[in-house]
Amino acid sequence: MSTTKVPLWRDDRFWKIILQILAVILVLAIADFFLFNLRLNIARRGTNFGFDFLSSQASFDIGEFLIPFKSQDPYGKAFLVGILNSLKVMIVGVILTTFLGVAAGVANFSNNWLIRKIVSVYVNLFRNTPILLQLFFWYFTVFSNLPKIEDKIEIFGSVYLSNRGVAMPWLGDSMTAWLSLLGLFGLAIAAFLVWQQRVKIIVEQGASGQNFLFVLLGLGAAALVLFTIGLQWTFPVMGEGSKINGGLNLSAEYCAVVLALVFYTGAFVAEIVRAGIQSVDKGQWEAAKALGLNSGILMRLIIFPQALRVMIPPLTNEYLNLCKNSSLAIATGFPDVYAVSSTILNQTGRAIEIVLMIMATYLFINLVIALVMNWLNNSVQIKER
Amino acid sequence: MTNQSTLPSAPPAQVTNVIAWVKKNLFDGWFSSLLTIGIGLWIFKITVGFVQWATTSAKWDVIPANLPLFMVGRFPSTQYWRTWIIAALLVSLGGLTWGMLTLSKEPEGNHQIGFDRNTLIGIGILAFVVVLLPLEPTPKAYILGIVGLGLGGCYLGRLGVRKVPQIGNLIGVAWFLSFFVNFWLLAGGFGLQPVGTDRWNGLLLTVFMAATSITLSFPLGIIFALGRQSSLPVVKFFSIAYIEFFRGLPLVGILFAAQVMLPLILPGDWRIDRVIRAIAGLTIFTSAYLAEAIRGGLQSIPKGQGEAASALGLNTPLSLYLIIMPQALRAVIPAMMNLFLSLFKDTSLLAVVGLVELTGISRSILANPVFLGRFAEVYLFVATIYLLCCTAMAQASKQLEVNLGVGKR
Repeated sequence: MSTTKVPLWRDDRFWKIILQILAVILVLAIADFFLFNLRLNIARRGTNFGFDFLSSQASFDIGEFLIPFKSQDPYGKAFLVGILNSLKVMIVGVILTTFLGVAAGVANFSNNWLIRKIVSVYVNLFRNTPILLQLFFWYFTVFSNLPKIEDKIEIFGSVYLSNRGVAMPWLGDSMTAWLSLLGLFGLAIAAFLVWQQRVKIIVEQGASGQNFLFVLLGLGAAALVLFTIGLQWTFPVMGEGSKINGGLNLSAEYCAVVLALVFYTGAFVAEIVRAGIQSVDKGQWEAAKALGLNSGILMRLIIFPQALRVMIPPLTNEYLNLCKNSSLAIATGFPDVYAVSSTILNQTGRAIEIVLMIMATYLFINLVIALVMNWLNNSVQIKER
Repeated sequence: MTNQSTLPSAPPAQVTNVIAWVKKNLFDGWFSSLLTIGIGLWIFKITVGFVQWATTSAKWDVIPANLPLFMVGRFPSTQYWRTWIIAALLVSLGGLTWGMLTLSKEPEGNHQIGFDRNTLIGIGILAFVVVLLPLEPTPKAYILGIVGLGLGGCYLGRLGVRKVPQIGNLIGVAWFLSFFVNFWLLAGGFGLQPVGTDRWNGLLLTVFMAATSITLSFPLGIIFALGRQSSLPVVKFFSIAYIEFFRGLPLVGILFAAQVMLPLILPGDWRIDRVIRAIAGLTIFTSAYLAEAIRGGLQSIPKGQGEAASALGLNTPLSLYLIIMPQALRAVIPAMMNLFLSLFKDTSLLAVVGLVELTGISRSILANPVFLGRFAEVYLFVATIYLLCCTAMAQASKQLEVNLGVGKR
């Protein structure tokens, strides 16, 4: 059979290459159009592109900062303060959301009808209202209606609630406190290893494991001493002029942002946890009950590890959403990276550079979270041979 | 030697009265009983406190006094008849769609055209609530008329689908044309007094922006989903870059960038309206997420479908349109609905970038010194509106899933 040459316009490979070239030309043309207009408009406004404004003096104050900041510090430092504030919100938010979401998701399977209904109402209410509205609600109705600092609400005598925020006892700031914290971490790791060893010899040798138990008790006592004395807790005390000295002072804006984010994202995480647990085969529940395991061990050792495989990708999405929604803090006046950048933009007018900086920050945080969660995802996959 | 065979004992009696239900679900063990009592007391305290607050110290007059502001913002009051017509149009079309979707096609299903008992009770309650609302008689009459239009539309829709089954396909065209009519009624021109976009506020702007962004993000999402699956490396690269870039940014950032940067990257004499910039931002953001959802749908289709289409001689565009996309889109209706619900709620973020929609207008109302401090009343009212709209959208999507047989075939 002689092969007749396919004409060019009917050749598949030809069209593939032509279409790709056309796509590249189209994208480059659009980009060029935008860049041309950009340069024209920037020249018309008189500002030029460059990051040198970062070293000029910021002439504004920032309400809360983790590193010391005065209004004479440069814009670059202000941006850094914003990033640190955002991280403060994101890290605490992710941890609390996990607790709340997992608790609500697992509670969906409780035997108690009342608990199931409450979780259902919580999830429906908090998923179907906008996050900004919830933030306003927390900030303007809850926190602004707390009493003034003079008539503060005291819980256990050491946690103060007022319209200025929450004041709670916190670790001291001396060398002893930091060393004690490190010591506690070391003790926790040591206790975990001792526990593993104890279980191993109980299972393999049938020994009583009593020696290891004594070691664990000793570690526990040392940890108790370090916790109560070594960490040097400071308690909030009312000073003169209604100032609170000592302890950790969380501003009302910060608390409102964190609580709004946690309750909103927690509702989505509860649904994801519920879907994950429902994805586990019913036979697993029945087999565990046939073996006589109670519901605590059943959930912890059998159902939840299998549910994790289904849960982790959507959970990554929710953590990313939490980090992106933290930019709403601007609505309450909490100085996170978006709010600070907004102020810098208003003062310097450098729209492009600042938009690029904000985009870079959020994309970087995005990348870090995605990497960590991907590693977690890979570690819970089924290990096939 | 045979044992005397023991007869299997009868199954335990299923007790289905109230006491047994309470015992099983609420007091099943000491921990459960403790939880029930504790939570029950807490719910009781909260409910009593809320009712006390709502009936005594809450000043609800902020809502009826500002109802036009909430709904249509600063639309000129002489032109309110246009907004009433828009509402009537939307509700009638919605009623028609509801009717066309809910006439059951299952052979064993309920073929009745009229409303069943539960719906009738719901409609009765709705009418009762409307009559009780503290409004002037004329708006109340209009609202009752519009509710009636919705119900009439539902009945007509079911009648129409029973008589002429193909009429269901025309409803999409009807919605498309109604967009232009609504836009003309909103913006004016061609015989109506023009109303600038800065006067479109409140629920009107929310619904308009949400509807437009949803409609525009759909084709974009499909294009990028197909692009990501494509075998052409350049197209694949651009699609992935677009999707990952816009998924990684916060919506507030994108909206802000749209408001600030869009005038910079377009020629200076193109004055882009702020509402259009907001719609552009929302569309770009949603299309990136939508592309991923549709990609999930595309991945769920067996390869055999594409191969059979090629074997039948269908080229790529035809096989996509006739075979692949209907199945792919049907499979991910829940995920797409999630995105559209998020989009509806995220229109509230435009309050932060300066557009006055439902959340923004509530902030303006609260800034009025007459209504100082009425945060809770206003925010509860706005939250209820969002809840109602989201629940309605979710119900519509569930009905669509039932109609298309999602999960059954």
